[in-house]
Amino acid sequence: MPVSAASPFYNQEHEDFRAQVRRFVEREIVPHIERWEAAEELPRELHRKAADAGLLQIGFPERAGGVEVPDLFYMIVLTEELARAGSGGLIASLMSHGIATPPICHTGSAEQIARFAAPVLAGEKIGALAITEPSGGSDVAALKTRAVRDGEHYLVNGSKTFITSGMRADYITCAVRTGGEGMGGISLLVIEAGTPGFSRSPLQKMGWWASDTASLYFQDCRVPVANRIGAENMGFMAIMMNFNQERIMLATQAWAFAKVCYEDSLIYARERQTFGKPLIRNQVIRHKLADMKMRLDAVKAHLDILAWRVSHKQMPVAEVCLLKNHACTALEWIANEAMQILGGAGYLRGSRVERIYRETKVLTIGGGSLEIMKDLAGKQMGY
Amino acid sequence: MKAIVSVKRVVDYNVRIQVKPDGSGVVTDGVKMSMNPFDEIAMEEAVRLKEKGKITEIIAVTIGGAKNEETLRTALAFGATKAIHIKDEGEVQPLTAARALAAVFKKEGASLLIAGKQAIDDDANQTGQMVAALLDIAQATFAGKVDVDGNKATVVREVDAGLETLEVDLPAVITADLRLNEPRYLKLPDIMKAKRIPIEATTLADLGVTAAAAVKTVKTVPPPSRSKGVMVKTVDDLVAALKAKGLA
Repeated sequence: MPVSAASPFYNQEHEDFRAQVRRFVEREIVPHIERWEAAEELPRELHRKAADAGLLQIGFPERAGGVEVPDLFYMIVLTEELARAGSGGLIASLMSHGIATPPICHTGSAEQIARFAAPVLAGEKIGALAITEPSGGSDVAALKTRAVRDGEHYLVNGSKTFITSGMRADYITCAVRTGGEGMGGISLLVIEAGTPGFSRSPLQKMGWWASDTASLYFQDCRVPVANRIGAENMGFMAIMMNFNQERIMLATQAWAFAKVCYEDSLIYARERQTFGKPLIRNQVIRHKLADMKMRLDAVKAHLDILAWRVSHKQMPVAEVCLLKNHACTALEWIANEAMQILGGAGYLRGSRVERIYRETKVLTIGGGSLEIMKDLAGKQMGY
Repeated sequence: MKAIVSVKRVVDYNVRIQVKPDGSGVVTDGVKMSMNPFDEIAMEEAVRLKEKGKITEIIAVTIGGAKNEETLRTALAFGATKAIHIKDEGEVQPLTAARALAAVFKKEGASLLIAGKQAIDDDANQTGQMVAALLDIAQATFAGKVDVDGNKATVVREVDAGLETLEVDLPAVITADLRLNEPRYLKLPDIMKAKRIPIEATTLADLGVTAAAAVKTVKTVPPPSRSKGVMVKTVDDLVAALKAKGLA
């Protein structure tokens, strides 16, 4: 497959796929996104449409109804195009199976894949991942939600919070403590909506409005042992493996939203007339744009090379942590400059930059905060 | 039953068209090209007819240079069962295209030509009609609804006065209007599979077709840029301004 002249990583198939995603976003998302943001959730119908268009399945194994791809660049293209709607909540929630479903596909039995993964990839059901608890997030080894074996069931007690798609999810891939203290006592259970003893409440947020983020509560919630993914007390590794991909995709989102900020600023700077000339005719604005472009390109180069390494079965954990920080801090900087260029127009609701600016913080906090990422990278490198 | 679908490679509908400085045409170098949107609708209709079991084979045909292969790959990703590339580097006028499509139609023993009603580059809206004339077969243009039953096709046409329903005997030419359907999203596995399907190459000469030189492009100019608006103070001023322009 010949590569495109602009990059060694993207070929015609990536571009053909991009054209389809772009059309989907323009037709099925952009006309409705403001309404979904206001409603603070996505319609289920969108998941079905996205599955019909073959978007939810990318990167998942065929045995689960997925579409296997040779590299991560298809996921990057998908995220880049979804980001054009200018809503982080849309990506988080529509793609919440991107963190909820991989452990089921990797470790689950054929029956579990058929029950909990296939309907999600078909857009008929919604999946969510529940790790974080009110007492802590990144310290997975210390999680407190307990599952006690009772015959063919586990009795689950505890709570989870900041759960993306948590209000609508049908299947929740949930980390629970089945054993003793530490990382060796954690298992993954799929908890189904409607299980007695399971309740939830929505959380209101600074950004990501289109995503139904929730707290989940389990009170003597009886979950069949058949819903356990993988062996008992072996959940920790599955969770950690998931984090690597999640961080690359969060870095991709950060870059993609920064790109939207840059593009909207550029268009605005060319159109906006001040003191009798277009804004972009001011050196100070041109310098801002050049600095934005420089950071954007640096993040993309960083992202592409690590995506290439992960696509070649390497596990650059420290580098991926630093990539996430690089991308998220670049987004903060670029979104800030974009707001300055757009001025009042950027401060108004309905502007993509306004929403992205509000959503920068979720990326420097979620999926491992800046500080956690730095420390993890340092430790990984033996500092 | 075989259907031919003609697919043209045109400047993508999202691209802001630029006229060459010498007025000899529009800039296409380095510009994003795509399948003509009306041809996408024609492809979609053919695929739907095949899914309903009304036709068994879809042959996508394009005329043009090496890069037209991309357009055929798109057609194959839609679900064309075969693709024919009539290789020609020159200008293809509607009559040339019609002669070539008529030749392929006869050679393949097809029953239907489904084409876009026009291509968004020259907006000629001639080729489908010319194919029907050259083959002396029925035509139903500007289709908004198509139904094929045995040897007949029922086509609801969008005409100035409203909707007109035609019944045509096959073989026939049908041209697709904008509202005939909404083309599907092409899925990645279909895009990938389409890359591996061999494409049949031929030339106008192989088909016994001579290029027509019926149309000569004299000059290409950009549309006039929008003139500055006028602010009016009252509704009466507005009505007066509209009347002055003959608009009210």
